[in-house]
Amino acid sequence: MTQLKNPQILFANDLRDGEVLFLGASGWARDHRQASVARDSLEAQALEARGKADVAANRVVDVYLADVMIGPDGAPTPLHYREKMRINGPSVRRDLGKQARSEKAGEPQ
Amino acid sequence: MTAHDPQQAARSNAPTTTYLYDAYDTAFVRERVAEFRQQVARRLEGAMTEDEFRPFRLMNGLYLQLHAYMLRVAIPYGTLTARQMRRLADIADKWDKGYGHFTTRQNLQYNWPKLVDVPDILEALADVEMHAIQTSGNCIRNVTADHFAGVAVDEMEDPRPTAEFLRQWSSLHAEFSFLPRKFKIAVSGATHDRAAIKAHDIGLRIHHNDRGEPGYEVIVGGGLGRSPFIGKSLREFLPREDLLAYLEAILRVYNRFGRRDNKYKARIKILVHETGIEEIRAQVEAEFAAMDRAPFKHDAQEFARIAGFFAPPPYETLPAQSPALEDAKRADAAFKAFAEINVAAHKTPGYAIVTVSLKPIGGVPGDATSAQMRALADASEKFGFGELRVSHEQNIILPHVKKDDLYALWRMLGAAGLATANAGLLTDIISCPGLDYCALATARSIPIAQAISRRFADPERQRLIGRLGIKISGCINACGHHHIGAIGILGLEKKGQESYQITLGGDPSLSASIGELLGPGVTADEVPDVIEHIVDFYLGERRGDERFIDTWRRLGHARFKDVLRREGEDGADI
Repeated sequence: MTQLKNPQILFANDLRDGEVLFLGASGWARDHRQASVARDSLEAQALEARGKADVAANRVVDVYLADVMIGPDGAPTPLHYREKMRINGPSVRRDLGKQARSEKAGEPQ
Repeated sequence: MTAHDPQQAARSNAPTTTYLYDAYDTAFVRERVAEFRQQVARRLEGAMTEDEFRPFRLMNGLYLQLHAYMLRVAIPYGTLTARQMRRLADIADKWDKGYGHFTTRQNLQYNWPKLVDVPDILEALADVEMHAIQTSGNCIRNVTADHFAGVAVDEMEDPRPTAEFLRQWSSLHAEFSFLPRKFKIAVSGATHDRAAIKAHDIGLRIHHNDRGEPGYEVIVGGGLGRSPFIGKSLREFLPREDLLAYLEAILRVYNRFGRRDNKYKARIKILVHETGIEEIRAQVEAEFAAMDRAPFKHDAQEFARIAGFFAPPPYETLPAQSPALEDAKRADAAFKAFAEINVAAHKTPGYAIVTVSLKPIGGVPGDATSAQMRALADASEKFGFGELRVSHEQNIILPHVKKDDLYALWRMLGAAGLATANAGLLTDIISCPGLDYCALATARSIPIAQAISRRFADPERQRLIGRLGIKISGCINACGHHHIGAIGILGLEKKGQESYQITLGGDPSLSASIGELLGPGVTADEVPDVIEHIVDFYLGERRGDERFIDTWRRLGHARFKDVLRREGEDGADI
């Protein structure tokens, strides 16, 4: 077991509708704040194994781990701008994607 | 011998001028929809893995992108009827998020379809004689053409019959469905190239030989992407009767020798570059001489049948000049600007070609809402025989508008937010979706287009600058055609940040050239400043009405680099 340079969460897409998903404690979540965070290599391997099992079970596609930082509220935020885009939606259409849902609910981004 | 209904053709004076399906075409597309419906069902019930399913969905234009699936709908040679445009709007509302994105391949992309809905979407497209077949995958893609086809004053022959002929030949072509890489064909029949034929795998330029017979200059090996090349002439004049056989020969040589070992070297442009045009020509001519040409024998009757669909609509006999148009221009300065910038000459007296810009200041290039699509359909029916075109510049063309109707059309477009007077000007920016949507992108491109558009929003300033093409790609794949922009911008990742390389001197026309790199990449915030420095230098140096590309060629790239270097010394970090 080795400590990861950065914590990681597992991304995927829902097979049926294509939406971006995050693997959480009780299954796939549509909100990254519910993602399980891996802090060492064993935890990362476990997340990846669960994800690949669900690829094999034809629930999700395109599974991969991405580096995050953990905010003061405990929520993970991707380090790379590509994954930041994926947890929000297009930067040129704030009315679309996950960000639109959060804004409707009055939640901060 | 054609499988089509030979009776269904030759529709002179028909209300619209586009290909119409017969029973054969209808059955073909319906069968494909039914087949894909089964494939989706098998995928959802777990009978197929994603690796097994991917080639099927790609052959039906379905990608998985950054936020969702993306469906790319084919718009053959960019021609649409009002009925089809309305259906695209209906699909956007029912199964997507109320808008669509018109692409540099004259297609339309939906950014949010659900896999479970795609068979129904394809069924809805089939209802109006549309599909998404071969808009992806390593096959011959949607054949593109001059968006002014059939109406341009400099046209020798309408390229659409040739494009449709090739579409039918290439659809589900058994031998060419799994090529080394994708394959793009563009056709032009005019003096001026508006279809960027030298930037395609094969470009066809229709012209006549000394005896007045129609044929084609065949240009091969053009392409953009990570290794851009300008196409080279393979045959100066190919008689029409040899078209299919000769293209078969080219594709066979490519299929045999194309680099299947390396995805990044698999396009025909690399084969032409590495092998040399002389050797490629020898191989193609040898294949052409040796092959059994009987199956590809030119079917003049079928070509004529197809050409019959593209007969001119029932134009009125009108004077060349329109007093009503001149009066409106005098009375309304905003309309005058639109008429001078977005309206082009038509080969029929009293008519004009209108470019409807999908580039409002600060907007998303190529995007149209469902309401705007319906407004365009309505406008085309009211003022233009119900026909529309999509240009590779991501605009919509109304190809047959009476000059007398231009003012009323402009007001109708204005009410839908579609009357931006910038066609061909600096803010008519080509941009790929970039990292806002695309899984391949390395940086965003749309926000860069928006920032430049806002910086140069002043219409008087744009007109002073004149025609200047800015093209932006969000990755090295170059869907935004940055290599052939007079000013090209390429978004990359540099040390975990978005970074933008700028090139100058690209040209998409028959005098085609690939742009040259200006220097190290700059940040997103710096791009508008750099563009402004370049434009200001050009304005100071140009002679008379000289275009940007001509000033750049006359002065040389180094002069532009020097200017930016001096600006950098004054404080700008460029």
